[in-house]
Amino acid sequence: MLRAALREVSTALKEGRVSPTELCQRCLSLIKTTKFLNAYITVTEDTALRQAEESEKRYRRGQSLGDLDGIPVAVKDNFSTAGIETTCASNMLKGYIPPYNATVVQKLLDQGAVLIGKTNLDEFAMGSGSTDGIFGPVRNPWSYSRQYKEKCGQNSRLENEDSSWLIAGGSSGGSAAAVSSFTCFAALGSDTGGSTRNPAAHCGVVGLKPTYGLVSRHGLIPLVNSMDVPGILTRCVDDAATVLGVLAGHDPKDSTTVQDPFNPFELPSVIDVSKFCIGIPKEYHIPGLSSETLAVWSKAADLFENAGARVIEVSLPHTCYSIVCYHVLCTAEVASNMARFDGLEYGHRSNIDKSTESMYAATRREGFNDVVRGRILSGNYFLLKQNYEKYFIKAQKVRRLIANDFVNVFNSGVDVLLTPTTLRDAVPYVEFIKEDNRTRSAQDDIFTQAANMSGLPAVSIPTALSEKGLPIGLQFVGHAFQELQLLTVAKWFEKQAKFPILQLQEMLDHADALSHQKISLFS
Amino acid sequence: MHTNYMLFLLFFSVAPWRPVVGLEIHAQINSNSKIFSGSQVQFIAPPNSLVSFFDASLPGTLPVLNRRCVEAAVMTGLALSCSINKKSLFDRKHYFYADLPAGYQITQQRLPIAVNGNLSYTFCVGAKQSQLVTKNVRIKRIQLEQDSGKSLHNDARSQTLIDLNRAEGQLRVDANVSVHHPGEPYGVRTEVKNINSLRFLAKAVDYEIQRQIEELENGGTILNETRTFDYKLGCTIPMRDKEGKQDYRFMPEPNLPPLILYDAKSLPANIGDQQVVNIDWIQERLPDLPSVKRVRLVEQYGILPEHSFTLLNEDGLMEFFEDVVRETQMNPKKVIGWVISELLGHLKQYDLTVKESPVNSLSLADLLNLLERRVISSSAAKQVLKELCKGEGKTPLQMVKEKQLELIQNQSELDQICQAVMERHQEEVMEIKAGNRKVLNKLIGLVQRATERRADPILVKQILEKKLSQ
Repeated sequence: MLRAALREVSTALKEGRVSPTELCQRCLSLIKTTKFLNAYITVTEDTALRQAEESEKRYRRGQSLGDLDGIPVAVKDNFSTAGIETTCASNMLKGYIPPYNATVVQKLLDQGAVLIGKTNLDEFAMGSGSTDGIFGPVRNPWSYSRQYKEKCGQNSRLENEDSSWLIAGGSSGGSAAAVSSFTCFAALGSDTGGSTRNPAAHCGVVGLKPTYGLVSRHGLIPLVNSMDVPGILTRCVDDAATVLGVLAGHDPKDSTTVQDPFNPFELPSVIDVSKFCIGIPKEYHIPGLSSETLAVWSKAADLFENAGARVIEVSLPHTCYSIVCYHVLCTAEVASNMARFDGLEYGHRSNIDKSTESMYAATRREGFNDVVRGRILSGNYFLLKQNYEKYFIKAQKVRRLIANDFVNVFNSGVDVLLTPTTLRDAVPYVEFIKEDNRTRSAQDDIFTQAANMSGLPAVSIPTALSEKGLPIGLQFVGHAFQELQLLTVAKWFEKQAKFPILQLQEMLDHADALSHQKISLFS
Repeated sequence: MHTNYMLFLLFFSVAPWRPVVGLEIHAQINSNSKIFSGSQVQFIAPPNSLVSFFDASLPGTLPVLNRRCVEAAVMTGLALSCSINKKSLFDRKHYFYADLPAGYQITQQRLPIAVNGNLSYTFCVGAKQSQLVTKNVRIKRIQLEQDSGKSLHNDARSQTLIDLNRAEGQLRVDANVSVHHPGEPYGVRTEVKNINSLRFLAKAVDYEIQRQIEELENGGTILNETRTFDYKLGCTIPMRDKEGKQDYRFMPEPNLPPLILYDAKSLPANIGDQQVVNIDWIQERLPDLPSVKRVRLVEQYGILPEHSFTLLNEDGLMEFFEDVVRETQMNPKKVIGWVISELLGHLKQYDLTVKESPVNSLSLADLLNLLERRVISSSAAKQVLKELCKGEGKTPLQMVKEKQLELIQNQSELDQICQAVMERHQEEVMEIKAGNRKVLNKLIGLVQRATERRADPILVKQILEKKLSQ
């Protein structure tokens, strides 16, 4: 049941084959068993059970609120949740309990969804591994999958496993791992440079980044206001469409959401891709791309062509400038957005109180990790009067060029672009941390951040397993506000790809082994 | 033989100085809620009781522009003859201060809502304040921005208390001052802050101009600095906590799209007036500006221009005057004197505003009607008004009766009194009959004395003249 798609569970709930409380309890139990994944910062057990009970009452009265009623969902810990600690995996907000719900959280709750917990992330969503938060790194569930172990010839010695586990990707690694390990049916992530799609690819789940302006950011603690969007992580494309249908639409509290009415849609079950034109951007064929991922990408292009779609090579000529451009604009906005964390109104406050200035300085030094502080310093540098024109304005102009690349390609008849999501499959944590956060982000964001720069919708679809038995995802990028078309193409592809289900048993064995280990220590 | 004389004329001249003053005026918009958050605006509320999540800069909150604030800015721009920018932008101005929770202020630095206006103003000069001088000041720009909170420093406990309500201090002014010689480029300017009244503004500016002139004439230089006005000492002093120049790191506010305003021409057909801010719609609904009102008052009532200024400078006085004119038969040219010289004089004495006047317009109109109908004399009316301003709540008629100020209208009564006076002052009568008309005033005066000034002087004169000619 936990592996089922949203629709199926929803039907089961309506038919009484399972109750919301049972479902909730099973998820909670699985969360406990898979605690070593470190996907959750806060597990809202009491709230969830209460919400499940309410849902159950509604089902008994035959008054379910919709497809999400009674469904356990998880929310990345940078979304404000009323009465529930929201930390952004940072010391700065440890113990911070917001008095309001983010709009997207409220929408989920209004539909009867059961909030099962807040998920782990890189501190303030800065990173591509979910390794740089104060609660420790998130482990990719596939580290413990049968598929991975078989391929890697792993023996079952615990020490080996424990040190060779893989990163989940980031920064929404916790949400991706939560969905991937079946502890919830959908999760909210955030996506600023790829933070939903990257972990989705590494964890073998669907990661959707909607068009900027479609989904409200009110209550999403911002990283880059002009690029952030709430992201949706699910196990299949249909589920992503269902969740999008609940979340999308104008929010008066967010002036950057568009006013046009949004009509929730259901994806067709029969899809004919021969009427579509798929674009393959040649600039994305870069040296760092692993041969496996390249092969998967090629195979996918062939798949479309064989089905009658028009598959053509296109050019996004300013791709090579996008990382640097992104870095300037991102750090500038970060420097600005982090200015409010001064210890006065909420969050961490240092004990040093000789003067306001010294309190600010100590609070921010104690509250932020190196990654955050590094970006603040860079950002402030770029915003200095003497640098503003050279860096910030220049980057904005380059951003316009990058966005125009997509406009030009889409205007020439291309419906959807097909690209890799990441350079390769997930690497072991010990290898990942050899490079610093900035280097990793620059590498890992390469295929994903152009969609944030241009505001376009993009989705990562789990496609195939690598030679190591780990997920490889491919990305589709669509026209602005054309999520229906984008997800239709993605759904067709998902059907063709037939990506395997994560084999869970080994993970549970691992959990048992861990607990046995503990027992032996004490005996 | 020519001798060339070269005459060196050395003279020390003090080349004239021209000061340049720029005022930065922070005016709070009269609206029910704040500019970017939904929370209420209310004068004098308990500290931190009107603070929304956005005001407290809780993470994840976003600004939402208040329509009424935009309309107010457009109205102000139109009233000051500015060009209204149909597209204006919002920026973040960064600095750290306890009363600025987000670490930045949302303002309009790059492209404000209105620019290039002017305001002409007139003031009275001369011995009798009757000469009018008109001047013009340029309005460089009008911009919408967030107000900061209020901080109260408690030095005794080394504490600063912050109130994020932001409803106090409706008008604040900073003055920028520089001096230069005409024909030369502008001098370095200083900014003077902490000015909290118009009187001190004048003092601060005058002081600063003088200080700069003296400094420069002594060979010194002016620093581009911020100074604070010490109103006890009457001078400006450098502000110590500004170390070096502040770099505000301006950045576009990413959460607020450009503000687009429309006019009748640019308004798309399918959009209603309520969905957007329409400059022309606002223009049509602008109330008459003071200059227009003044012209109308002069034309309609025949009053002097300087009177029209007074009427508009006192809150509610114009309405008061017009109400009185409506209710009385007295010529407005005479009413104005009663309103400005008499009534306003008394109000100033008791430190009352027009709205607090113990004599309302109907009351004054009644009084003036009594005068017009010659029930009382002019001096009696003045006396009554003075009494009424004490605020005892009596009507003019009551006061007149109480003080027995009615003029004696009775012809035969007056006749008798005049006769009596004439009989007692035969000498004067003779003089008048001999041709000395001036003595008639003395007789009138004597009749007045006899009647305790209750005789209508015009009637008295008529009766006496008639008798004298017999």
